[in-house]
Amino acid sequence: MNTSEAPSASGATTLEGYNFAYLDEATKRMIRRALLKAVAIPGHQIPFGGREMPLPYGWGTGGIQVTASILGPDDTLKVIDQGSDDTTNAISIRRFFTRVAGVATTEHTAEASVIQTRHRIPERLLREDQIMVYQVPQPEPLFKLEPRRVETKRLHALADYGLMHVRLYEDIARLGQIATAYDYPVMVNGRYLMSPSPIPAFDNPKMDRMPALQLFGAGREKRIYAIPPYTDVRSLDFEDHPFRPIRAPQACALCGSRDTYLDEVITDDRGGRLFVCSDTDFCAERQADAAKEAAE
Amino acid sequence: MTTPLLTAEGLNLHFGAIAALRDVAIDITAGEVVAIVGESGSGKTTLLRVLSGLMAPDSGTVRWLGQDVHAMGEAARRRLMRTDWGFVHQNPRDGLRLAVSAGGNVGERLMAVGARHYGNIRGEALSWLAKVEIDATRIDDLPRTFSGGMQQRLQIARTLVTRPKLVFMDEPTGGLDVSVQARLLDLIRSLSRELGLAVLIVTHDIAAARLLADRILVMRRGEVVEQGLTDRVLDDPQHPYTQLLVSSVLAA
Repeated sequence: MNTSEAPSASGATTLEGYNFAYLDEATKRMIRRALLKAVAIPGHQIPFGGREMPLPYGWGTGGIQVTASILGPDDTLKVIDQGSDDTTNAISIRRFFTRVAGVATTEHTAEASVIQTRHRIPERLLREDQIMVYQVPQPEPLFKLEPRRVETKRLHALADYGLMHVRLYEDIARLGQIATAYDYPVMVNGRYLMSPSPIPAFDNPKMDRMPALQLFGAGREKRIYAIPPYTDVRSLDFEDHPFRPIRAPQACALCGSRDTYLDEVITDDRGGRLFVCSDTDFCAERQADAAKEAAE
Repeated sequence: MTTPLLTAEGLNLHFGAIAALRDVAIDITAGEVVAIVGESGSGKTTLLRVLSGLMAPDSGTVRWLGQDVHAMGEAARRRLMRTDWGFVHQNPRDGLRLAVSAGGNVGERLMAVGARHYGNIRGEALSWLAKVEIDATRIDDLPRTFSGGMQQRLQIARTLVTRPKLVFMDEPTGGLDVSVQARLLDLIRSLSRELGLAVLIVTHDIAAARLLADRILVMRRGEVVEQGLTDRVLDDPQHPYTQLLVSSVLAA
C-alpha cells in the first residue's frame, strides 16, 4: 500500500509514514483471520493479538482495530458514541481514520459502509452492504457471575447457561422485574451466550436477523466475536416474564418520535429536563423531513 | 435383587507413595443408604470423589447404570451431576452461591436443566424450603444471613430439587452442634425414605451411620476392611480395626 502523501477519495491528505489504516498488513491479516473464525461460529469469542493503539483502553481500541482491518480505500465510515456523531470519541476516531486511511466519513447512517459504534445501534434499518463494528469493554457475559476465565470457557463449551438465568431470577425476586437495562445477555444462533456490548436493551431486538454483518472488538480483553447477517439473536427471559425493551415513555422534544431511544438531558438546575433522540442523525433527518413537509 | 445403580470395581489411586485407594469395590442399589466410615486420611472422601467422577482413579472402573463414568464426556458427566446425582458438601459454602438468594440457590439446578418459567421455579423453591423446614419468608434472603444448620438444609434442598437418584454426602453434619446434627440426620432420613433416594454418605460419626445407613463400609488406609449390614457390622465387628472404632465411641 502506498502511504506517502496519497491524496485520498475524500481529498484529505493522509499522514506520512503510516501504513493504510494505521495497522501493519500482518496485524490486519491476523485480525481478519480472527474475524473469519468469529463469523464462522456466531457469538463465540475468538482471542486475537490486540495491539497498542494511540488511544487508551476503554475508548474503543477493540473497535478501532476491527475497523482498521476491514477498511478499504472506497469505504465510507461513520462513528457514533451513545448514538451521537458529534461527541469527542466519535469525532476523534473519525478524524483518526481520515488521517491514517484517508477514507471518506459521514454522519448519515444511510451513506456509511462501515459504522463503528459505542453503546447504540442506529435507529435506521441497516442494509446487507453495511458492517457494524461494536466497541466492547467486557466480552464475557458471565464475568460478573463466574470470575474464572477457565470456568467460563468450559460453561460456553458445554452451553451450560443456567447461571445467567439465576441472575435474571434474582432481579425478578428482588425488584419484581428484570432490571438489566443495558448489556442485556443474548443467545446467538441458539448456541452461544453473548454480551451485546453495553447497548441499551432497547436495541437488542435490532440485532435479531439484522441484514448487516455485526463485528465486536474488545481491545483490553483481546477478544473478537461476530454475528453474521440474518442470524437469530434472542434476549434471555422467562416464559412468564418476557423480555421487554426499556424506553423512556416521552416523545422526542426535537422530532417528536415516540418509538426511538431517548436521552434525558438536564437543562437547568431547577429540575428542567428534556428528552431527545439519542440517535442524532435519525433525529436531524426527521426534523428536516418535517420542515420540508411544512414548506410544501 | 435389583441391578445396582452404581458399581465400582478394583479402584486404585496413589498420591505419590501414599495409597489412597487399594482395590476398592462398591455397589449401590436404588433407595439404599450406604455409609463409609473410617478415621481421617483413610480415603473416604477420596473414594467419594472418585465415585462421583470428580477425580480419576489410577485403575478400576465406576459404572452408572452400566455406563463408565470416567469414560463419558464432560458434558454428559455434568448433566448427570445436576440431574440424576447430587453432591452435598461438608461445608455448605462450597455447595451454595452465597451472593444469590435462597430461592435462586434452589432454582439454579432447575434453570440449569432448562426450566424457564419464573412462577414454577419459585413455587418449586418454596415447596423445597418447606420440606427442609426453612421459613418461606426467608426465600429472598442471602444464605450468608442463615445459620450453619440452615445453610446445610438449604444445600440439601438445592441438591434434591431435581429429584436425583443418588446423592453423595461428604460429612453433611460436620461442624454443626449436636442438636442441629440430630435434626439434620432426621431430615436426611425422612427425605431419603420419602423420595426413595440412594445416599452414599461419608462420615466419621458412627452414631450417624447407625441412624441412617442400611449398609456400612469401614475404610482404613485406602482399603475396605469390613462391610455389611449396619447392625451386623456395629454389633458384631469382625476386623480388629472395626472393633477398635466401635469401642471408641463415647456412649452418652
